[in-house]
Amino acid sequence: MSNLEELKHEIKKRLPDLDVVIGWEQGFDPLRTSPLFMRTAEDVDRLLWGPLCVHNLATYLPGLKGRKVGIVVKGCDGRSVVELLQEKLIDRDQVVVFAMPCEGVLSLRKVQKAVGDLDYVESVETDADGVRITADGVDHLLRFEDVAASKCARCGVHTAPLSDVLVGAADAREAEDDYADVTAFETRPQEERLAFWLSEMDRCVRCYACRNACPLCVCRDHCVAQSRDPHWLSQEDSVRDKWFFQMIHAVHLAGRCTECGECERACPVGIPLLLFKRKMNKEIRELFGYRAGMDVNAVPPLQAFKVEEDNIKERTL
Amino acid sequence: MSAITVPELRIVGFLCNWCSYGGADTAGVGRFQQPTDLRIIRVPCSGRIDPLFVLKSLVNGADGVLVSGCHPRDCHYSEGNFYARRRLEVLKRFLPILGIDERRFEYTWVSASEGQKWKNVVQTFTEHIHELGPAPRLDASLVKTAEALLTDAA
Ligand code: SF4
Ligand code: SF4
Repeated sequence: MSNLEELKHEIKKRLPDLDVVIGWEQGFDPLRTSPLFMRTAEDVDRLLWGPLCVHNLATYLPGLKGRKVGIVVKGCDGRSVVELLQEKLIDRDQVVVFAMPCEGVLSLRKVQKAVGDLDYVESVETDADGVRITADGVDHLLRFEDVAASKCARCGVHTAPLSDVLVGAADAREAEDDYADVTAFETRPQEERLAFWLSEMDRCVRCYACRNACPLCVCRDHCVAQSRDPHWLSQEDSVRDKWFFQMIHAVHLAGRCTECGECERACPVGIPLLLFKRKMNKEIRELFGYRAGMDVNAVPPLQAFKVEEDNIKERTL
Repeated sequence: MSAITVPELRIVGFLCNWCSYGGADTAGVGRFQQPTDLRIIRVPCSGRIDPLFVLKSLVNGADGVLVSGCHPRDCHYSEGNFYARRRLEVLKRFLPILGIDERRFEYTWVSASEGQKWKNVVQTFTEHIHELGPAPRLDASLVKTAEALLTDAA
């Protein structure tokens, strides 16, 4: 039995005790998947697993609090689930985590760069040779590394850190993340860094897709971006307000962001939002030796303190 | 260059009610000469200072932001400044990626009795900000300049 068949079997076994199990199914074409909410055995038959299952489904969990929910997770999504549990935003006994080792997912943005127009794709196959895509009657063979999401190259958590049902053997491959992208960006002159964000953020359309896709952005209707009192942000289309919104997101995610990359993936205008979040995480790791979503009993560092901090020097002015 | 004799810049100061605001008061009562660029906002505790207060000030045109609270272990609410210390340190280290000069933001601890220390803090920070000069205005014209700069760099 293949892993996917075994996973379906396990889900069907547990389905009677659960209100819903969340996974992925094929979307409008063979390249795209969409979230699948399984309530019956027939629904489970539509389940997919593989490099096209890009969404981090943990985003749905806080909204389903109070119900018994099953969720299928990749390694990175598993970290989001752990972080939600750490912060008590979901209850451990209401969630059943179905995990399988993940070998990486595609970045549709990179595929689009390689293939061109992606309006409708006839077929997609992944095998040892790479990714074969037929779009508009033309065949393309792409190397998996070239079109995989950037987060996958530095992933050290291929299997979820916590699961109730694990199908397949846990994949313990490790990767060192030295935050080279952050360091490289920071060696550019300050003027250029500022210019970069101004021109990037100028394209923002304030759709808030970045916020809505984020599994740890849980305030929903109470988001400070839309509150009138206090009035943090105006409705203006100014680069200042748009950029400030990203600062809010980064600050509110400090020590909580699991670098799933959903904010960046969801952004319709391709703003590299993960760079902000990775910078935050780099500093959090240096200061507190902490990575979000790894240990269900750990307290996020900004919800705690030490009387004598190990890595914060006394400030002198 | 003495900050007292040159045109003022805009520096926003968030001070905790119990120590640093008292310290600033002590400095005033002692009639210590200080630069006048700093606009003080009194908050109940340094733990009340949301890092977004600082970012919002910087984004909206402050040339510098200073946060000051009670010395660690002296917080009126026991542990407010311990939380503040973590948040403010993280914030300070976050600024470089934005392209905002991290020297435009400082945080420090001054107690109510330290009038002289307060004067020195204000003096030093104000001088630093004057060395940096006015912060760039984040507006539409700067976006145009930014785009031109990036095209040149590419
Ligand atoms: S901020 Fe972005 S990368 Fe971090 S948890 Fe949210 S969606 Fe994922
Ligand atoms: S998803 Fe992109 S365009 Fe939409 S609000 Fe976020 S940054 Fe702006």
